[in-house]
Amino acid sequence: MKKYKDQGKIDTRSGFGAGLTELGRTNPNVVALCADLVGSLKMQDFINENPDRFFQIGIAEANMMGIAAGLTIGGKIPFTGTFANFSTGRVYDQIRQSIAYSGKNVKICASHAGITLGEDGATHQILEDIGLMKMLPGMTVINPCDFNQTKAATIAIADYQGPVYLRFGRPKVANFTTDDIPFEIGKGIVLNTGKDVTIAATGHLVWEALKAAEDLNAVGISAEVINFHTIKPLDSELLISSVQKTGCIVSAEEHNYLGGLGESIAGEIARNHPTPQEFVATKDTFGESGAPAQLMEKYGLNKNSIIASCKKAISRK
Amino acid sequence: MPDFNFLENLAFQVRRDILRMVHKVNSGHPGGSLGCTEFFIALYYEIMELKDDFDMDGYNEDLFFLSNGHISPVFYSILARKGFFPVEELRTFRSIDSRLQGHPTTHEGLPGVRIASGSLGQGLSVAIGAALSKKLNNDINTVFALMGDGELQEGQNWEAIMYATANKVDNLIATVDLNGKQIDGATEDVLPMGNIAEKFKAFGWVVILLKKGNDLKSIIKTLKLALTKTGKGQPVVIIMHTEMGNGVDYMMHTHAWHGKAPNDEQLEVALAQNPETLGDY
Repeated sequence: MKKYKDQGKIDTRSGFGAGLTELGRTNPNVVALCADLVGSLKMQDFINENPDRFFQIGIAEANMMGIAAGLTIGGKIPFTGTFANFSTGRVYDQIRQSIAYSGKNVKICASHAGITLGEDGATHQILEDIGLMKMLPGMTVINPCDFNQTKAATIAIADYQGPVYLRFGRPKVANFTTDDIPFEIGKGIVLNTGKDVTIAATGHLVWEALKAAEDLNAVGISAEVINFHTIKPLDSELLISSVQKTGCIVSAEEHNYLGGLGESIAGEIARNHPTPQEFVATKDTFGESGAPAQLMEKYGLNKNSIIASCKKAISRK
Repeated sequence: MPDFNFLENLAFQVRRDILRMVHKVNSGHPGGSLGCTEFFIALYYEIMELKDDFDMDGYNEDLFFLSNGHISPVFYSILARKGFFPVEELRTFRSIDSRLQGHPTTHEGLPGVRIASGSLGQGLSVAIGAALSKKLNNDINTVFALMGDGELQEGQNWEAIMYATANKVDNLIATVDLNGKQIDGATEDVLPMGNIAEKFKAFGWVVILLKKGNDLKSIIKTLKLALTKTGKGQPVVIIMHTEMGNGVDYMMHTHAWHGKAPNDEQLEVALAQNPETLGDY
């Protein structure tokens, strides 16, 4: 099996910042908006280089979404930046009416997604955002796995016409993909091939899935690891071909099992190839304060949970 | 000099369009639509610089955003009469497979509509975004927005009002349709908002009062005055007093016709007060 090397721990939000900075240099139509979280979203380099193309909105996320929608009229490509919670739940109706239903080319870029925001607790964590966004007709939902992929995704969505929800996180995590992989919206990436179980992971859980696959390999279980960085549109073809081979699947995400990647996968396999599935996800609960690694352990969102779920899924074949 | 004879005739015809549209499907919002008929005529026929080919790219022409989307009947009538789409299409209002949805939307590709509205309080933010886009494009045209007065109860408006001042969005003219009424009754009874003009002033806007918001001459004059106030570092708002249901005697001085269609007899009475001038659809 292929071994992936951690090139150094770095946050995915910095990948967003780096991607935005590059877009500032290459695409004159890209503009950025922020609701008082420039430092957290790593937008300062873009602002320094393109002060006229940056809009500090203040703590007014609803207004930010509306202004972003308006900026598209006249050809701008707005990237909004705030925490995932304030990018979705707080402004659902603004996104629904002024962006999604109106078909506006807005990129909603959401940091501090999931539970690994950590110590701030449940008011700032969100485990429902993928579900909220994927329910909107026409919305593309992306959750890249590391710095390099977040940077690539940020750059790629500028060339896509239509509303996008791009989800990334706060903690420093392994950077294990290479920086030369073009990001293809809607195309899953097979990181390891296997025959006994499919691990379908997104976001921070992709690295955990790779580590789980190594441990499983050591005990003679061959796991296929797929990075579903795009939750919507889901790469159904890749998903179905994998479960046809392995016969069972574990979905892994930093999100509620209701509404997340796992739910989308369950729908696809129910329609096309019914297969036992286990869910590594939060179990319809809010988060709480704590260090990210502690929270991932407590809420069952790490390598150990994936390993246990793989064994269970295989036993259900 | 505007051709007031034509504009008055157009007002009769637009009111007929509104009344016939809502009557046919027994739904829709005639009250606010009738109250803003003269405003839409003044804006689209005397004020806005529009491109001849009705393309929707948003460059180098004035833009209008309707925030209180429920007054779609008057918006649709004006757009059709102006030539954005065939007048005959008004007969599809609120019917299945129509581009004329209950509330305006870009979703079905109706020319002239640039944003979906209906869920209240969002239009001013969008208009600000479009105004910022114009500035980035060195486009000197103006962005107009219309909001209802009851709609100002939505908090997002005040985020937008604060932002526009702080960021000198001075290529924007907002108008508040101050008819004093909302679904549940008078705004003074539902949620008194105090002096709206003073509130805008306190937020740093240039405020222009329009007492006769159903008088074409006054509206045109006020909009022209507002245009002279643009480009000077401050956003501009017109507080426009209107009469909900204007032009149909029994629909005036009440909130009852905010979202209610006339029956057959009521329609006949209303149409008798508004003669056919430019041809019914």
